[in-house]
Amino acid sequence: MLKHTKFLSVLACGAVVSGLAVTGPAEAKIEGDTITLGSAVSITGRYAVNGKHTKNGYDLAVKFINNKGGVSVGGKKYKLAIKYYDDESTAARGTQLAERLIQQDQIKYILGPYSSGMTKAIAPVAEKYGIPMVEANGASRSIFNQGFRYTFAVLSTSEQYLSTAIQLAAEQAKSDGKDPSSLTIALGVRNEPFALDIGAGIHEDAKKYGMKIIIDEKFPKEVSDMTSFLTKIKALKPDVVVVSAHTVGGALFVRQMTEQKANAPIVAMTHCESAKIEDSKVFGAAGENILCAGQWAPELTYKDGYFGTAMDYANTFEKLYGYVPPYQAAESSAAVLVYADAISRAGSFDTVKVRDALAATNMQTFYGNVKFAPTGQNIAKPMVLRQLQNGKYKLVAPSQWADTKLNFPRNAK
Amino acid sequence: MSPILLRRSTIDAFISNLNLLFIVPPLSLQLVVNGMMIGALFALAAFGMALVWGVMNVINITQGEFVVLGGYVAVLMAQNGIHPFFAIIVAPVILYGVGWFFYQTIIKRVVDKELFTSLLATFGISILLQQLMNQVFGADIRRAEHGFGTWGFFDGLVTVEQIKLLAAIAAIALGGAMVLFLKKSRLGQAIRATAQNARAARIMGIDTDKVYAATYSLNAAICGAAGAMVAMIWVVEPYIGLVYTIRAFMIAIIAGLGNLSGVVVAGLSLGVAENFAGFIFGAQYQIAFIFGLLVVILVGRSFLLGRKREYLK
Amino acid sequence: MNMSSKPVLLYGGILLVGIFLPLVFPAFQTQISMMWMMVTFALTWDILGGRMGYNSFGNIVFFGVGMYAAASVQHELYFDVGQFEVISDQFNLQLTSEKYVFGLALGSIVGAGICVVLAWILGSGILALRGQYFAICTLGLGVAVGEFAGTIDYIGAGSGMSAPVFPQAMGSSGLFYSYYFFILMGFTFFALKWLYSTRFGLAINAIRDDEDKAEAMGLHTTRYKTLAWCVAAFFLSFAGAGFGHLNGFIDPLDVAFPGATFGVWMVLMAILGGKGTLWGPVIGAVVFHVTQEFFWSTLLGWQRVALGLMIVIVVVFFPLGIMGWVREKWPERFGHTLEEKS
Repeated sequence: MLKHTKFLSVLACGAVVSGLAVTGPAEAKIEGDTITLGSAVSITGRYAVNGKHTKNGYDLAVKFINNKGGVSVGGKKYKLAIKYYDDESTAARGTQLAERLIQQDQIKYILGPYSSGMTKAIAPVAEKYGIPMVEANGASRSIFNQGFRYTFAVLSTSEQYLSTAIQLAAEQAKSDGKDPSSLTIALGVRNEPFALDIGAGIHEDAKKYGMKIIIDEKFPKEVSDMTSFLTKIKALKPDVVVVSAHTVGGALFVRQMTEQKANAPIVAMTHCESAKIEDSKVFGAAGENILCAGQWAPELTYKDGYFGTAMDYANTFEKLYGYVPPYQAAESSAAVLVYADAISRAGSFDTVKVRDALAATNMQTFYGNVKFAPTGQNIAKPMVLRQLQNGKYKLVAPSQWADTKLNFPRNAK
Repeated sequence: MSPILLRRSTIDAFISNLNLLFIVPPLSLQLVVNGMMIGALFALAAFGMALVWGVMNVINITQGEFVVLGGYVAVLMAQNGIHPFFAIIVAPVILYGVGWFFYQTIIKRVVDKELFTSLLATFGISILLQQLMNQVFGADIRRAEHGFGTWGFFDGLVTVEQIKLLAAIAAIALGGAMVLFLKKSRLGQAIRATAQNARAARIMGIDTDKVYAATYSLNAAICGAAGAMVAMIWVVEPYIGLVYTIRAFMIAIIAGLGNLSGVVVAGLSLGVAENFAGFIFGAQYQIAFIFGLLVVILVGRSFLLGRKREYLK
Repeated sequence: MNMSSKPVLLYGGILLVGIFLPLVFPAFQTQISMMWMMVTFALTWDILGGRMGYNSFGNIVFFGVGMYAAASVQHELYFDVGQFEVISDQFNLQLTSEKYVFGLALGSIVGAGICVVLAWILGSGILALRGQYFAICTLGLGVAVGEFAGTIDYIGAGSGMSAPVFPQAMGSSGLFYSYYFFILMGFTFFALKWLYSTRFGLAINAIRDDEDKAEAMGLHTTRYKTLAWCVAAFFLSFAGAGFGHLNGFIDPLDVAFPGATFGVWMVLMAILGGKGTLWGPVIGAVVFHVTQEFFWSTLLGWQRVALGLMIVIVVVFFPLGIMGWVREKWPERFGHTLEEKS
């Protein structure tokens, strides 16, 4: 018995060694004239839709930067490349892959994953090894109160997402002669970092105006039915409904709201574009007059030397990938631009120098202005609010770019 | 409850939700009506699961994935301009073939093994199918557009979506057809005979292998029909199957395997219970509620049986 | 065959592997840690599944509870308890090495204590179930606990919580946890080896073979069943504490209570290696982990299809696992003598 188990154990160890050898190449990642960035994105799993947008955004930026000659470091030009892994939309996998990118693949610069949950999982790993991470899709505030010095986010943090909606509601109330604090809010968020933070932001905004939150629901991650939430809305008739349930939940909400004949004067949500609520073939007119939070819109007047204006970017993206870029793609491209700028300014590949260069970033991209707070989030860029009017997204806030008036109240009879 | 686990504010929310039900009675009606309609679908999936379990002694964890596949059939049909309601007929046909395929390749080999083996085997198939669907159909949530409207009562407070009612009727019709089939047709009788005593059935000349194949395929077909309706009422995506599997399992257990009317009652009750739980406790507790209910039911059941055993002693 | 020297050689060899593998392959330290953790998973599952005949899909509960308990203790020890209502809101200060290790030690012991009590309480109700009912009930339990954890604000609810950052002064976290899990694995292995040689081992085998008869013969089956689950819970809790700290981030459904991955793999690894044997789970875990990593690197997008296929093939064609297959092929090596046909 023992002889055999010993043999088997040795065999097993041999399998381990050879297995590990096969599973892990270990080249240094600044070789020749290519700088390789690393990224674990959601190619499969519940975030796969936006994972795809993220990857497309990264790839497009790399393409454009390389076309313009690449990144200039200490007088020499370097091309960019990205090594991808599929994190399967699970945090445990994400951390393992981050470790693999850093330890086995010798990656020195990480591009963030999709979603706050995944980013929150990977940030500690990057921090542990002192590897900078520029992320474009993790907006939750809870990522930035951990004291991490190596995580930088180009997007605005989540609590700002729907502040403008509450603000608009208050303004509308005032112009109707009502006291803003008389307004009631129904809040439905998905039980994960990003949406929970949006919820926290709404709580703060409500407190600011003195509004009351009369419905406060947390949806499970795989929400498949919002009937009880909508039933409560029908019963209590809130003035503002705010929902953040990601792509699946967003689509479900829009559809069920119409089916169950629920409505409110102001309905605001996140992930409208990912859920494609403007698609009348799928949703009919169910999405009409919903307010949509966005990090970016093609109508904004930013521009940069790689992509031109925001509209130019949108057109380029659409030509290459066949669909209008949602903000998730745009901010991903911006992340790569930020890296190119920082590595260039650092004039070196040393991770500490790059990290410091990142912290000093102050630039404009087609996506927006980028300037990082000491805790890593971007404090130079406002959120935008669009309303779906007649099947098209129209910018209604901030006022400097707004070209349409708010349709209020929603679907008035 | 300890303040760490449940905050005061959460308990307050429970109470105010409960209160709401008393203040606005039509809400309860909405929850009951809605619950029964979706419960009919759950009961359908449970019926198939009970069938396979009772006849073949196989717990089919792949149940949920068959449902999702049926949903994708409806989605594809809708995409190509055919009204997805016809998927209620088309999906079962396609899923029958799928079920037959898996029976011949895998299930056949685990039918006579211990129950746990088949459980694990069907679990493996479900993982396989999930990822396969992800690769083939993409991770996007999909839905089959049906274009039916909604009836509103009590000033819109109680809404009945026409599709849900139609689906419930279709589910009942299908269930009824299955029962008739099992009672009257030769194959149906052969299935029941095999369920009672496989060896005796074989001796009497019944080809049990054919019976098993038919049973498993029929189950897949039933799931396909249910799935087509799910795609029209809610959404489908590759990973949404497990919840349907667990619901089907729970209903089958509560009802007891041979008990058809039990399956119907249990299915409808589960739908209603879920809706009320979701309303009172809030959506975040809904899934915990479903699975927690499973645990409570099983443990409770064993206590009851244990008491019965004591009487016998 | 000199029986006394062989085991020493074998164990010595494995000890050397445990010490030097993470040093020789520093880039794979996390994978190595996880591999030892997988062995602990398989060994603890086998107590109930292989030895006692109770197939549990819910052992993951103890993994997660241990994880949260240890991390919570860490936070509560070093931060003003009154200042923060919710652990996840705390600013994550860097801890000194002594504080970190002390916190980890105390946290994992507290976690183990909680898990043993939990196993006792749950076991009193759930272990009364038989066969497939037990299996599915534990499956439901695993999901229910995971979902419920996502509603508890104290530990961050759906947002999850971070474990303290591994102190820079302690070097590589991968190396530390390679040894942590190696020691845990060794401890689990030898504890179980001893336990199986006592009356306990005989008792749970008797329960597997025919529970009613065992009961009729005067065996306190309930007591032994619950004890078995408590033992499993004890070791799983340490695994959870370690993994939570290694991972750095704890998410209720993905990291702490991942029923569909770790929870099921526990079962699969033991069966793959050969349940009911001592070395079966060990071999099964190692082979499984390596294969799985291989799939991930090479079959991007299709890895779970391959995994599902592997589960099916193992379950259908190798129900006795690797050890079982080996035993069938070379029965003499295992002390069975084949009778000559006359």
